[in-house]
Amino acid sequence: MRGSYTLILGAAMTLCFAAAALVSFIWVPFDVTLVDIPNKLQRPTGQHWLGTDHFGRDLLSMIMVGARTSIAVALIAVGIGILIGVPLGLLAAARKGSWLDEMIMRANDLIFAFPSLVIAILITAIFGAGAVNAIIAIGIFNIPVFARVTRGGALSLWEREFILSARVAGKSGLLISVEHILPNLANLLIVQGTIQFSLGILAEAGLSYVGLGAQPPLPSWGRMLADAQTMVSFAPHLALVPGGAIILTVLGLNLMGDGLRDRLDPKLRGRPV
Amino acid sequence: MPQRFTARALTPVLALIATLSTASAAETDITIGMQLEPPHLDPTSAAAGAIDNVVYSNIFEGLTRFMGDGSVVPGLAKSWDISDDGLSYTFHLQGDVRFHDGSAMDAADVKFSLDRARAEDSTNAQKALFTGIADVAVIDPLTVVLTLEAPNGNLLFNLAWGDAVIVASETIETIKSNPVGTGAFRFVKWVQGDRIDLVRNGDYWGTAPALEGATFKFISDPTAAFAAMMAEDIDAFQTFPAPENLPQFDADPRFKLLIGSTEGETILSTNNKMPPFDNKLVRQALAHAIDRQAIIDGAMFGYGTPIGSHFAPHNPAYIDLTGNSVYDPAKAKALLAEAGFADGFTTTLKLPPPSYARRGGEIIAAQLRAVGINAEISNLEWAQWLEQVFRGKDYGLTIVSHTEPMDIGIYARPEYYFQYDNPAFQDLMTRLTATADPDQRRAMLQEAQTVISTDYVNGYLFQLAATSVAKTGVQGMWLNAPTQAIDLTGISWAD
Amino acid sequence: MLRYSLKRLLSLGISLVVASLVIFAAIEVAPGDPARFMLGINAQPDTVAALRAELGLDVPKVQRYLAWVGGMLSGDFGISYTYRVPVGQMIADRMWVSLPLALMALTLSTVIALPVGLYAADRRGGRGDMAVMGLTQLGIAVPNFWFAMILVVIFAINLRWFSAGGFPGWDAGLLVGLKALTLPAVALALPQAAILSRVMRSALIDILSEDFMRTARAKGLTRQQALWRHGLRNALIPVLTIMGLQFSFLLAGAIIIEQVFFLPGLGRLVFQSISQRDLIVVESVVMLLVFAVIVVNFAVDLAYVAVDPRLRTQL
Repeated sequence: MRGSYTLILGAAMTLCFAAAALVSFIWVPFDVTLVDIPNKLQRPTGQHWLGTDHFGRDLLSMIMVGARTSIAVALIAVGIGILIGVPLGLLAAARKGSWLDEMIMRANDLIFAFPSLVIAILITAIFGAGAVNAIIAIGIFNIPVFARVTRGGALSLWEREFILSARVAGKSGLLISVEHILPNLANLLIVQGTIQFSLGILAEAGLSYVGLGAQPPLPSWGRMLADAQTMVSFAPHLALVPGGAIILTVLGLNLMGDGLRDRLDPKLRGRPV
Repeated sequence: MPQRFTARALTPVLALIATLSTASAAETDITIGMQLEPPHLDPTSAAAGAIDNVVYSNIFEGLTRFMGDGSVVPGLAKSWDISDDGLSYTFHLQGDVRFHDGSAMDAADVKFSLDRARAEDSTNAQKALFTGIADVAVIDPLTVVLTLEAPNGNLLFNLAWGDAVIVASETIETIKSNPVGTGAFRFVKWVQGDRIDLVRNGDYWGTAPALEGATFKFISDPTAAFAAMMAEDIDAFQTFPAPENLPQFDADPRFKLLIGSTEGETILSTNNKMPPFDNKLVRQALAHAIDRQAIIDGAMFGYGTPIGSHFAPHNPAYIDLTGNSVYDPAKAKALLAEAGFADGFTTTLKLPPPSYARRGGEIIAAQLRAVGINAEISNLEWAQWLEQVFRGKDYGLTIVSHTEPMDIGIYARPEYYFQYDNPAFQDLMTRLTATADPDQRRAMLQEAQTVISTDYVNGYLFQLAATSVAKTGVQGMWLNAPTQAIDLTGISWAD
Repeated sequence: MLRYSLKRLLSLGISLVVASLVIFAAIEVAPGDPARFMLGINAQPDTVAALRAELGLDVPKVQRYLAWVGGMLSGDFGISYTYRVPVGQMIADRMWVSLPLALMALTLSTVIALPVGLYAADRRGGRGDMAVMGLTQLGIAVPNFWFAMILVVIFAINLRWFSAGGFPGWDAGLLVGLKALTLPAVALALPQAAILSRVMRSALIDILSEDFMRTARAKGLTRQQALWRHGLRNALIPVLTIMGLQFSFLLAGAIIIEQVFFLPGLGRLVFQSISQRDLIVVESVVMLLVFAVIVVNFAVDLAYVAVDPRLRTQL
């Protein structure tokens, strides 16, 4: 019961922002690239529902377009993690104990040892700031997470009878991994994916905050926070609005992840596929 | 019995003395915030402005020096004679001047400093200032003769720069981390990443400063600077990095604003050799697409003076050429169409870190977009900016503030990063350097301003304002910034 | 035990070597000339060349790599391009800020998380638990730099209980130093405490359903007594892992917090060095951080085996 509660709440919050991002492609209340100095630093009014920033730009529109950046970056970074990490994890589990498994695990540990924020800053500062490099920088650190989770899940599945019988029947490790193990890991990956997604949003916000994420004139939540800093004492809405957006999106994703885990977990010890 | 009485009587007296001494100690020391930390402390080698902020007039002195109003006055040279042909300058040095390590300052040190600056392998960032000097001769310990290759009306001005200060050969090895000069303050300690401490030089040859000690604190983050000032952790901040907070300081009775002018012409530098900017019509269109006042209001929150050419408005030779580039988007579009770009074009706008560039850049990009020019913004760190824009000339537009005084001469260098090549202008500059007569110089400077304005070499935005904040009791801080410096010698606390 | 330790030690050594190669290679690819950056706008080309020679930037890469590694092994981390002082000295100075900050944040987060996790596990499913879960979810979702901003506005600018940031140095007094690190430590600790509470809670919940807990209950211990006496000790293992991870994160991840509070720590050093293209400092600090993480993991691994006899038989 509680599981579905958090799932619904989380999904609703997340979908809210996802919807805002999608809608922003066709319509925003105000053009975010237009500068309107005479109207700067306004509190929320009837015209500007969330107020305006120091250049007179509408905050609601900026949040909507910023949602695009945050979601896209975090999502693609998760994609990178899954596309590279999952096969590696499957491979390691299929060849458990071998030299290959050892190598993959050591490589994983090595990447985990690197301070992710410092490396992300290094990558974006050196190769140029922007959404693409942010995706790469965040994506790199998703790979070992998915590799480890996949390997762990796959290992416990390898012990299962139906897998062993497939083995005995002569199926190759590769075929078994793809046909039997992967589908059963789907739930695990979905849950982990939601977690990494929310972490990705925070990471993107951090990178944008120090100026290394999406570049102007494309709005980004983290950069909105950085711009707001010096003006927080007389225009607090500038920090509360993007901060709120980040918190609510991440919260939504985490609640969704929790809810999914509670619902999908029992099914994980599931039927043979 | 008598001892106990004395002890008890003394305690309140001692307490009183203690409070008095802490009270007066606070009034003779000062903590000044600055945004950038110097990379080292040698102003004569690979200098950054932050170095001059700490050492100029405080630790090091030159033959001449700048005052807060921009005038050039005697420094270590108490007087000079100029020969009739303008080729020979005889400097008479101040007597009885000692470096902070006790060694005497004399003509040999002057020769050492100038020769070092103009040497083949010198790493002095302003080597160009010294190239015209053919010879430096020591006549006696207090007399030096400079012989020039050609008359140079700027020599005394040039010698006032931070890059021309007098250093000692005995301490030159460690100058970067332990600067030893002749100034009114001695270097005490540098806590990397945090601050630099100075203390008064008891053996100073000139008028003793009011301050006994000073600390320069490095705070790069604008919010942190605001918070530090409000929390009274620092007494003053030179060139406060967030103009949006200035009204709050102004309204607060504890603080006062020090607004003046700098030598910083903030310009939208245009790569004159990169199409389509090689077409004068396009450059002219740029000029009319830009609304200077919106930039000043939006990026600098109202602080700054519009300029129409590369020249400081506070300079007596200034003429107002802003009329050549009034805000007229319709005219801009018409000019673009005439140049063959009716549908506009795309270009790069590369921006260095300062907020006048980042914020000004966003505003300009929006204004350009309105006339069909799509300027793609790249926010660069200084290292990248120097690499790509300054050295590589790989850019269409950029925004930067040129803070060296009287630097209109950069338009006579065709290889300079905006690549403007006009032989007539170059000729004008050569003649200017050879001219010493003030009236003739003024006429030539005005001609120079007009040429680069009507040629629309760059987009001339505004003169950067000097915006410092200080506690109400701080007196004597420079309002203007004729050169990069935080001159402690004139600073004192009001009672 | 010994054989295990040796195996892990070898693995540690290999990791370090590979890490150093990766770091060096990555930094070498970085565009941007430190010499030109130092000299500024008006410098002449020959001045730049002179400085490059002085900084040793034109020496072949392999030679520089070996010199760097050799130097590090003997404690010499090179000389910073921008500050011209030994990097080792700079790192040591910064450690005096970053290490105490990380420890303070870790302590704060543990002190909050342990009782909270215990409370939630105890009242599992009930209102208290839900409240804790809700609050921790919120804590995890808050970006620590945003929280830092709010703290500064409230406590430094408005209430003036704390200074806005900066670090006066430990010679100004222990309490003064700790006070300067308080707001930053709180900003760092909050999300970490939220995470740690949840880990603590779920570890305890798992323990509660274990056989030995039922045995303890059967023996007559109340649930709380069972939790305290047996549960806590066993739950400590996953908790310790997370704390180890958090410590490494805090050391390096404070980079943004150090910017906000202008603390002269390792994070800000790395950040400034990256902007200034001071490659030597960047290489050495990243290497140091990686070293710290690998060593902490190694220590935690050994601690596991020492603490949990069951693990030894698997070796």
